[in-house]
Amino acid sequence: MEQLLQHGLNALMLGGTYALLGIGLTLIFGIMRVVNFTHGELYAFGAYMMYALVMKAGVNFFAALGLAIVLGVLLGALLELVLLSRLRAADIDTTMLVMIGAWIALQNAEQLAWTGVAVSINNPFPAAPLVLGPVSVAWNRVFVLVMALLLIFASHTVINRTKLGRAMRATFQDRDTAALMGVQIGAVHTATFALGSGLAAAAGALLGPVFVAYPSMGDLAAAKAFAVVILGGLGSIPGATLGGFILALVEELGAGYISSGYRDAMGFLLIIVILLFRPTGLFARKERIG
Amino acid sequence: MTARLVAAAVIVALASIPLWMGDPYVLHVLIMAGIFTIAAMSLNLLLGYAGQLSLGHVAFFGVGAYASALFSLGFSVHVLPGMMLSVQPTPVWLAMLAGMLAAGACGWFIGRIAFKVRGAYFVIVSISFAEVARLVALNWVELTQGPMALNNIPALSVAGFAFLRKPSVYWLVLGVAIACFILIARLVHSRAGRAMVALSENEALAASVGIDVTRYLVLATVVAATMAGAAGVLYAHYVRIVDPDVFLFIYTVTMAIMVITGGKGTLAGPVVGGLIFGLLPEGLRALAIGPETQWIVYGVLMVLVVYFLPQGIVPALRGLRLRSGS
Repeated sequence: MEQLLQHGLNALMLGGTYALLGIGLTLIFGIMRVVNFTHGELYAFGAYMMYALVMKAGVNFFAALGLAIVLGVLLGALLELVLLSRLRAADIDTTMLVMIGAWIALQNAEQLAWTGVAVSINNPFPAAPLVLGPVSVAWNRVFVLVMALLLIFASHTVINRTKLGRAMRATFQDRDTAALMGVQIGAVHTATFALGSGLAAAAGALLGPVFVAYPSMGDLAAAKAFAVVILGGLGSIPGATLGGFILALVEELGAGYISSGYRDAMGFLLIIVILLFRPTGLFARKERIG
Repeated sequence: MTARLVAAAVIVALASIPLWMGDPYVLHVLIMAGIFTIAAMSLNLLLGYAGQLSLGHVAFFGVGAYASALFSLGFSVHVLPGMMLSVQPTPVWLAMLAGMLAAGACGWFIGRIAFKVRGAYFVIVSISFAEVARLVALNWVELTQGPMALNNIPALSVAGFAFLRKPSVYWLVLGVAIACFILIARLVHSRAGRAMVALSENEALAASVGIDVTRYLVLATVVAATMAGAAGVLYAHYVRIVDPDVFLFIYTVTMAIMVITGGKGTLAGPVVGGLIFGLLPEGLRALAIGPETQWIVYGVLMVLVVYFLPQGIVPALRGLRLRSGS
């Protein structure tokens, strides 16, 4: 029972970042119809920016976190303007191939810049864990969860309460009609990709100090983000949020009770099973247009 | 008629290479390029003709390699608690057939289940399948030796002749490649092939005129998977060591780049792409460029090809020839 509680708590801590990753991907997918294979690279970028700022430049941890997210937003905007802006009329397979090419180039650029050796990032939190009765949790993980929840709430607000968010939702519903109503589709796409990329970079910047940073870390993160999106259903932010926590729980329980070697296989198995039995995702109301 | 003459001349030229090229390293590069070209041709059947962006293709390659290696080495594994399944080492040619069959069976499975979902979802399912296969190969140590890899895989030997030296392996790979090329050419010009093309052009229309969608998609996946399995089998018994890295996504990407650059949906496309990208790494290495830069070049090339040669090299050349009026 105590073990189960501990697994549940670990899943809660991890789920927030999975949700961040999933929200970024689901926004880009839902609004732009782009399968964003560079998502994991933005995650790795966030982690490496933390490494560069905290460990190399000696910047304060919290300032570095904010800066890493801003840099992720800028890189996302740049990618969209350079690679995707001229492909807005292209079909989904074409953009997918371009994103795969960009992913490979980015990941190997990271490898070239930071070498293949994993690096760790110091954090300012006390090393002694927070003990809650029979279970315990590290302070830095509590911080990760709080930050993740704040960022999820912030993106929810941007999408539901701002003018940009309204334009994004309109584009999601019907791109052509939105364009006719005067929505600047190009600007919405750039903003969406930048926002989604910023969330991925935030997830990397938060989890990088918890684990270690290495150049191919984005691959697993991207796979998990896809699992979260498929769990939650296309373009649904509440779905992606819940999906993130469900994936973390399945992984924790799988690693705890089946085999820790298969921890990372859980996400993939979940993808296959869900697409077989409930292809619209667990929470989607809208029919999928795949 | 001229097409056949050109084909015959190309085959003779390719077959003659080991006679005048004594450098074993060059032959090694050509053998690996040939193995990947076979895999690319099989991917083209799905990508180019059936219109399915299957990005888990390396799974079939890896399953073929592992199954063939395991049967030729023999293995014993716990299936259920207290129940052992033991297989004695089988002759290599039989193990090779088993490897292709295993890959084909995976193809059937993926074809059956994955075609419930299309487009981006199919891509993600196919990638997930390959990743699960890689993690199983890594973690099921009793069967696969995990990261220790399967070593000392025997080379193919038929009637006392062992395919150990590079020229013999080269001719074997060339022979399999030609057989696969002919098989694909026959298939795409048959009724089944036209059905596949019709599906990729407009699935709803194709279904409305009575084409059994699932049946032809499964057929295409099984044939493509068996062929990719054959490439994996050749790889296993040539390199003679198989580790979980054969399932890496980057190999699927290599195959996809070969197909797309050469020209998807053309017979010659994967061959042209396979030769270019099979030999390009060696050219880049000669320029003293490390593997990271090489992959960056691959990634950038992929983007550039999609922008400037969306149809691929072969259709672009064909267009040039038509325009010049010859």
